[in-house]
Amino acid sequence: MLALRKHISPGWWLVAPFFLMVACLYLGPLLNILWLSLSDPEPGLQNYSKLVESDTLARIMWTTIRICVITTGFSVILGYSVAYAMVHAYRREQSFMLTFLLVSFWISILVRTFSWLMLLGRKGLVNESLEVIGLISEPVAFMRNELGVLIGMVHYMIPYAVLPLLVNMQTLDQRVMSASRNLGASASQTFFRIYLPMTRPGIVASALLVFILSLGFYVTPAVLGGGKVLMVAEYISVQLLVTLKWGVAAMLAALMLAGVLVMLWIMSKFMKLSTVFGGASS
Amino acid sequence: MKPSLLALFNRAGAWVLLMFLVLPALIAIPVSLTPKRFLSMPKGEYSLRHFEKLFTSEEWMSSFGQSAVVALSTSLLATIFGTLCAIGLWRVSSKYSEVVRAFLLLPLIIPQIISAMAFYRLWIPMGLLDSYLGLILAHTILATPMVLITVSASLANFDPKLEQASRNLGASNWVTVRRVILPSVRPGVLAGALFAFILSWDEIVVTLFISKYSVYTLPRRMWNGIRENTDPTVAAAAVVLIALTIIAFVVYAILSRRNAKVKTSL
Repeated sequence: MLALRKHISPGWWLVAPFFLMVACLYLGPLLNILWLSLSDPEPGLQNYSKLVESDTLARIMWTTIRICVITTGFSVILGYSVAYAMVHAYRREQSFMLTFLLVSFWISILVRTFSWLMLLGRKGLVNESLEVIGLISEPVAFMRNELGVLIGMVHYMIPYAVLPLLVNMQTLDQRVMSASRNLGASASQTFFRIYLPMTRPGIVASALLVFILSLGFYVTPAVLGGGKVLMVAEYISVQLLVTLKWGVAAMLAALMLAGVLVMLWIMSKFMKLSTVFGGASS
Repeated sequence: MKPSLLALFNRAGAWVLLMFLVLPALIAIPVSLTPKRFLSMPKGEYSLRHFEKLFTSEEWMSSFGQSAVVALSTSLLATIFGTLCAIGLWRVSSKYSEVVRAFLLLPLIIPQIISAMAFYRLWIPMGLLDSYLGLILAHTILATPMVLITVSASLANFDPKLEQASRNLGASNWVTVRRVILPSVRPGVLAGALFAFILSWDEIVVTLFISKYSVYTLPRRMWNGIRENTDPTVAAAAVVLIALTIIAFVVYAILSRRNAKVKTSL
């Protein structure tokens, strides 16, 4: 026992309580779900073969991936613009911008979803204003379709897209850009040939982070999609809470989990993960 | 270097985007002031009746209370576990500790819908469904990685020589942790506690799965209100939540100004 204690660093005793908690109360049931995907209702791969057989499942997967890709594209481009402006702003302006970003980050997801519900409905503020201006005569359907889901999701994801980009841009050596300008390159040349390639790790990290978060996103698609846009997360919840089919839900969860882990692995090649999730450059 | 025209244009665009991020939430304010019984924009007339209803409704008030209990307990537990983990992993600092760190961060990274499934699956046989204990445990597992991250960030700025000095001067492990390490990572601990609180206070997906009648948190009630989409009391609750967010942000800003070293960009 004493020999064992010498080999184990005392630090592990501090880690042990939470480690055991995660292992028993989180990893345990998670593995159980992976097992269910292969064994419920009967052992075999029939849950996975449903992916090919069932049109509904294929459509849901396709909708989810399409919406996630579009959301990621918009969020990263818009986030890049915000991060770029923040890095190049004066200190005072920068702190104002950060305040806006963080406040939006912290406003409850339910409050934001509720707001979009009020803004985008048939009699919502957006439609009414557009009608008053005379741009449209009939209300536009912003909700209960993919457009509404996309607006809500991009709005939610932009801050997440900005943070890794910001961390990345702050570490760039500004002298490289000055050197490029001094050597006669134009501003746009400097941006596209020097700056953009240098921020690639930030772009990759930000895109993967947004994609991962979008994949399992539940609240906004469920409300703004209004039942018309069915994504994997909502389908899982229906399977579990209404029709009580663990097998299919477990299979979808297993696929989602595999996707997330692969993306995390790619992301770890570009950036230290704790930098992205904590925002602190340690 | 003079900023180019494109950069100026981009700066204006960035401000528009930042406005786009914050302003939509503010529509809850006019909607909450409508004199009508259904969700609508007020036209000329304003009334505070929905706030009155919110603050006199037993259901809403009990949800506020329940959320506060769950979020405070979660924050306390997550802060203790997360700080212990961060100090422990920092002490060990080997390649194993980095693997363990990645493992412990999983609950934060794995999509919440999957976490919800996992808790739901285990809480049924354990009889923890629809109980405070079940919800607090689940939230603690989700929130502790937040604390781990913020405290680790603080520890990165902590000089290990201080620890050695304390030990050389004869302090025990425990005294070193309590008197030397903890005071210097305090900002990280406080930020982590705040993040954990917010995570739990705002958590809906896991809550939807593992609570039903006896535990009915504020996000749960808001979710119901949003689904029904008629009662303006939801708007009043949203306004209260926005106000609380701003208060929390001010607290956070003061905290992080106190310790400019721990500039977490979260």
